Amino acid sequence: MSEPSARLDNVPAPVISATALTKTYKDMNAVDGISFEVAPGESFGLLGPNGAGKSTTMRMVGAVSTRTSGDLTILGMDPNAHGPEIRAQLGVVPQQDNLDTELRVRDNLIVYGRYFGLPRAEVAKRADELLEFAQLADRSKAKIDDLSGGMKRRLTIARALINEPRILLLDEPTTGLDPQARHILWDRLFRLKELGTTLVLTTHYMDEAEQLCDRLVVVDKGRIMAEGAPAALIREHSSREVLEVRFGSDRNAGAAAALAGIGDRLEVLPDRILVYSSNGEEALVEVTRRGLAPITSLVRRSSLEDVFLRLTGRTLIE
Amino acid sequence: MSVETKVQGRVTSHGGVRALYSGNARSVVGRGLLATRSTNWIIVLTGVFEPIFYLLALGIGLGSYIGGGVVDAHGNCIPYAAYIAPALLAVSAMNGAIYDSTWNVFFKMHFGKLYQGMLATRLGPLDVALGEISLALLRGAAYGTTFLLVMQVLGLTLSWTAILALPALLLIAFGFASLGMGITSYLKSFQQMDWITFALLPMFLFSATFYPLSVYPAPIQWVVQALPLWHGVELVRGLTTGALTPAMIVHVLYFLVMVAVGLVFTTRRLRALFLD
Repeated sequence: MSEPSARLDNVPAPVISATALTKTYKDMNAVDGISFEVAPGESFGLLGPNGAGKSTTMRMVGAVSTRTSGDLTILGMDPNAHGPEIRAQLGVVPQQDNLDTELRVRDNLIVYGRYFGLPRAEVAKRADELLEFAQLADRSKAKIDDLSGGMKRRLTIARALINEPRILLLDEPTTGLDPQARHILWDRLFRLKELGTTLVLTTHYMDEAEQLCDRLVVVDKGRIMAEGAPAALIREHSSREVLEVRFGSDRNAGAAAALAGIGDRLEVLPDRILVYSSNGEEALVEVTRRGLAPITSLVRRSSLEDVFLRLTGRTLIE
Repeated sequence: MSVETKVQGRVTSHGGVRALYSGNARSVVGRGLLATRSTNWIIVLTGVFEPIFYLLALGIGLGSYIGGGVVDAHGNCIPYAAYIAPALLAVSAMNGAIYDSTWNVFFKMHFGKLYQGMLATRLGPLDVALGEISLALLRGAAYGTTFLLVMQVLGLTLSWTAILALPALLLIAFGFASLGMGITSYLKSFQQMDWITFALLPMFLFSATFYPLSVYPAPIQWVVQALPLWHGVELVRGLTTGALTPAMIVHVLYFLVMVAVGLVFTTRRLRALFLD
């Protein structure tokens, strides 16, 4: 923002540019005037709790939802006038899988590629490559209903890549998956990132945002609360370390008063107290020196969860 | 800048064909054929038999008790079976188109999330509407053609003009398919879907299907003449019996308007539902 000239000289034009983007449904502002840009090749995240307006933003960026006001440019085009042209260059992974259950695995890719008007031979070649990429080559004839949740998700991502999109939009890509399936998926997405695909993803998992995003915005109630690289956001809005102490729910509030003055800041949650400090071990020593005996204690590094808590007073997953 | 761009954007987003159509409805048809081939072609096949059973039971069975036959538009007396067969032919085209454009579309819309996926691609709502309606039309045409062959075998086509019943069936199926899909887009539950069946049954029974329109008093005749199936029945009957009349042009026009209204209606609904 501060150096527009530098942007003109060195940075290529953004692939997504949103200014005061707003979406109003009957009674509420789902997206309330948010502005951001995404550079080509960048991996950009929208982090926020359920209902923050992330999916609505993704739908507008995906040119399947008309904005109420504000400006939006995708790949240099206005989605209001150029929906099909924009969508031709996007890959979309929706929050809930919408694979074609009447078609087999490989046919899902072929048919989807045909929706883009691609020649049959080209689509067939890409489908086989993408089945390899998604580690589903041995399931190409399987029915969709016979796939596991992780496999369906990988197939949905493969499907989103059939048109060799310039931007891949992922709405909550790993929600509902078990840890192992999540890690396989992250590995695939990380590979795409290395290949230079622009990724835009929403998530309410801070670890996912930390793993995959170069830069992110923290969204709450349709507004942007903070923007930056994950590490920079943590540095800016939280301490280096966090001490978590539990005293049991009845003693929590009383213990909080006795902890006053330890660390930079305290956050009292229903089940535990968070002590923000540059040195968590030292803070724990001070806690025990004051004669307090927590049931459990844990020292960890600050995460985006703490950033969100600091900015909104609420936790990401409630 | 923003006011002008916004106004322009709005106008194009609602009126521009470019935002609605990418000229690729055939990929939607291709998907439908592949899905039918791999999952439910047997169910599709069963639909062929319904009008054939009616023809056997009423035309051949009951018809054997109706001596003297029925008088056609040219004043010629024709056998009862030859009188109701073209009506059942129009019904078979209607049924094929309606099954596909109502129940199948309802399922894809609410459970399969198929259109949501399609509209995230280059396809526009008009591609999806045209593709899905074409599929319904193909099914209607397939049912109609089969039935026409059965009529031919049973000796119930009385004139060479019966061959023109084929394009007429396409038109009838197209009309029912496009209007059916538009109406289905408003329905939200299985109970509401039953209303379609409920509305179709009396239309099937009373559209001069089994006896001439002249049995009704004048006001009821007007009601029947407003319904699409009556126009389909009269059009096809004229062609298979050879009793051609100028009124048939009106029947054709009726279906052309029905097609146009249905297409516009369905496209707007798809846009409202999936590209709000």
